Amino acid sequence: MATSFSATLPLHGSQENRLLLPPIRLAPPPSSFLGSTRSLTIPSSRSRLYHAHAARRSPVVGVQEVVKDKKVTNSLLITKEEGLELYEDMILGRSFEDMCAQMYYRGKMFGFVHLYNGQEAVSTGFIKLLTQSDSVVSTYRDHVHALSKGVSARAVMSELFGKVTGCCRGQGGSMHMFSKEHNMLGGFAFIGEGIPVATGAAFTSKYKREVLKQSCEDVTVAFFGDGTCNNGQFYECLNMAALYKLPIIFVVENNLWAIGMSHLRSTSDPEIWKKGPAFGMPGVHVDGMDVLKVREVAKEAVTRARRGEGPTLVECETYRFRGHSLADPDELRDAAEKAKYAARDPITALKKYLMENKLANEGELKMIEKKIDELVEEAVEFADASPQPGRSQLLENVFADPKGFGIGPDGRYRCEDPKFTEGTAQV
Amino acid sequence: MWGILRQRAVVDGGLSLRRTRSALVSARSYAAGSKEMTVRDALNSAIDEEMSADPKVFVMGEEVGQYQGAYKITKGLLEKYGPERVYDTPITEAGFTGIGVGAAYAGLKPVVEFMTFNFSMQAIDHIINSAAKSNYMSAGQINVPIVFRGPNGAAAGVGAQHSQCYAAWYASVPGLKVLAPYSAEDARGLLKAAIRDPDPVVFLENELLYGESFPISEEALDSSFCLPIGKAKIEREGKDVTIVTFSKMVGFALKAAEKLAEEGISAEVINLRSIRPLDRATINASVRKTSRLVTVEEGFPQHGVCAEICASVVEESFSYLDAPVERIAGADVPMPYAANLERLALPQVEDIVRAAKRACYRSK
Repeated sequence: MATSFSATLPLHGSQENRLLLPPIRLAPPPSSFLGSTRSLTIPSSRSRLYHAHAARRSPVVGVQEVVKDKKVTNSLLITKEEGLELYEDMILGRSFEDMCAQMYYRGKMFGFVHLYNGQEAVSTGFIKLLTQSDSVVSTYRDHVHALSKGVSARAVMSELFGKVTGCCRGQGGSMHMFSKEHNMLGGFAFIGEGIPVATGAAFTSKYKREVLKQSCEDVTVAFFGDGTCNNGQFYECLNMAALYKLPIIFVVENNLWAIGMSHLRSTSDPEIWKKGPAFGMPGVHVDGMDVLKVREVAKEAVTRARRGEGPTLVECETYRFRGHSLADPDELRDAAEKAKYAARDPITALKKYLMENKLANEGELKMIEKKIDELVEEAVEFADASPQPGRSQLLENVFADPKGFGIGPDGRYRCEDPKFTEGTAQV
Repeated sequence: MWGILRQRAVVDGGLSLRRTRSALVSARSYAAGSKEMTVRDALNSAIDEEMSADPKVFVMGEEVGQYQGAYKITKGLLEKYGPERVYDTPITEAGFTGIGVGAAYAGLKPVVEFMTFNFSMQAIDHIINSAAKSNYMSAGQINVPIVFRGPNGAAAGVGAQHSQCYAAWYASVPGLKVLAPYSAEDARGLLKAAIRDPDPVVFLENELLYGESFPISEEALDSSFCLPIGKAKIEREGKDVTIVTFSKMVGFALKAAEKLAEEGISAEVINLRSIRPLDRATINASVRKTSRLVTVEEGFPQHGVCAEICASVVEESFSYLDAPVERIAGADVPMPYAANLERLALPQVEDIVRAAKRACYRSK
């Protein structure tokens, strides 16, 4: 079942989904990571001490507890429409990424490509709860975040092929998916770089409300990995987000590996959710291979942020089925671990849930899969047929104000010279 | 009035022409106005006016609020605009710079202060990767109307880690605009232009100039006053040698030009104002007039701003040069602390005079 927040949160949602929480209490001893074949090295006495101390220091404690079984209330977590929407989104993510791998090995895609296979539950679970004006900030593993946020498969595929019809006209590439229309604020190659940018976007929501007096309920979701949680910028932003009570959700996609560096080998305390309470925000740990659990946690986090109660740190334990990038031989992860997580594929799990609870039948799901297959194939054809950017595009968009290229030899602004974007750069 | 002076010049001969011309020029380079303003007040008034004109402009940085600004540039802004628009941040350059960039992505206009630009190195990833490159990477969808400002370059006895000049580093990045004011008028006009600009601007001030007073015209005191980005200013006209520089060195170059004038060399002093985009047109036009170039900067010599200016002049005006280009920069060492060593590590007026004379083949 989904893990829950601390007791200081008032609860929101229908009666069926009510998570029952006692008032402030000490957190129970931590459980080991759900799927890893390595065990945690924290001795239990030390962790108990930590939790006790945390409870004394602040009323907000990272809580990890099992909530009462929802089946008792005899209601489901999602409706049929929601279920099919989630299924379609995850299938889109998976098919798209598989197609990317194919295209890369055929030479149509190049450079660094990082695939999201296995982590779809996190993207779908969070982003499908957002509106168009909410913002998402991601890392280089951003294709599926862009797709979930609404950027069309054609635009993403063309961008990956480096064509002018891409979402960034071929100028960004795999790692830099931007879409102003869908408020997808990137696509950053440096880990940790997106976190302050996301915090700034959340800052703008608050500023619009308080200073510009506009009604603004937009939240920002920042996605990043386990390796990023050892980076200074992460902590700087946890501090400032909690300090200024910004409407942001920090989502850690803990897939246990940062290229070839195991999370357990590089982190003194591998339980990332615990770092939230240290800064005064709830820290939640959730099984990131289960889209419904992620969605429940996401609902509370997003509602909390919209109500103005501040940030939340959500650690989703997930796994990437492929290597770090298409150039990664992926030799360091052992087969047993991969098999264990492959058995917990989020798409298979959702399919099983939908069918067992009679929300959909085999035929409907097959239709969705077929529809997505066609969509992705069409996206590839579209991208193939699209032209490459024109030569003049090289110098465009460096500045929003074109006078940024300065004065030409004739004394006038270079951008006023009609020949400026035609030939080779004579800047 | 021009006519009479010209007649007198023709009668008296070349020497007095130079003298009268330079007197006229220096009167002309500071517009007729009896008001004086320190650079500090100029910057403060610029930020104040832009904040009152546009509610999306806000200030963030260390000690900008309650402390009234580490160098008192943001004095009075907290009281006037409140804590929602003047943010005292924790000591987290990477964090708050990134927050500023994210806020700019979402439509606000932050003015991020670095206590000195040396501290911007902790945030340089955001200045370059998420601010400068974003408009290009997103193909024009996301522009970043942010200003990064703060003191740059050497101060007095602050040691190696507080004295580096970052003009060359930032000016090499496409997507950034880099400005370096000298006088109060420069400071006001360029900062207002920077805040209104839709692109990321790195605004390099100078701590030692903050307290200096400059005459300022009525026009510059108007709240809509703005200087164009990318145009250099000819501070002093001359015809024998061109001295190109920016920020504090402009003052030194003007003093050097006075000394050179006594020896009969008429120096043209160009205040770059804008390091990126560099006003190559003005520099080259001036060198084609004088045939000699001396460039001065405070920063490290290798790959510096002067190197770029020299390369540009050699590429575009080679056949006009009568002497090798002269480049004066800070010494190729981290800044020493001892006062006499610091003086040796930075360009002084004598160095500029010597280089100009060398360019005119007048050195002993």
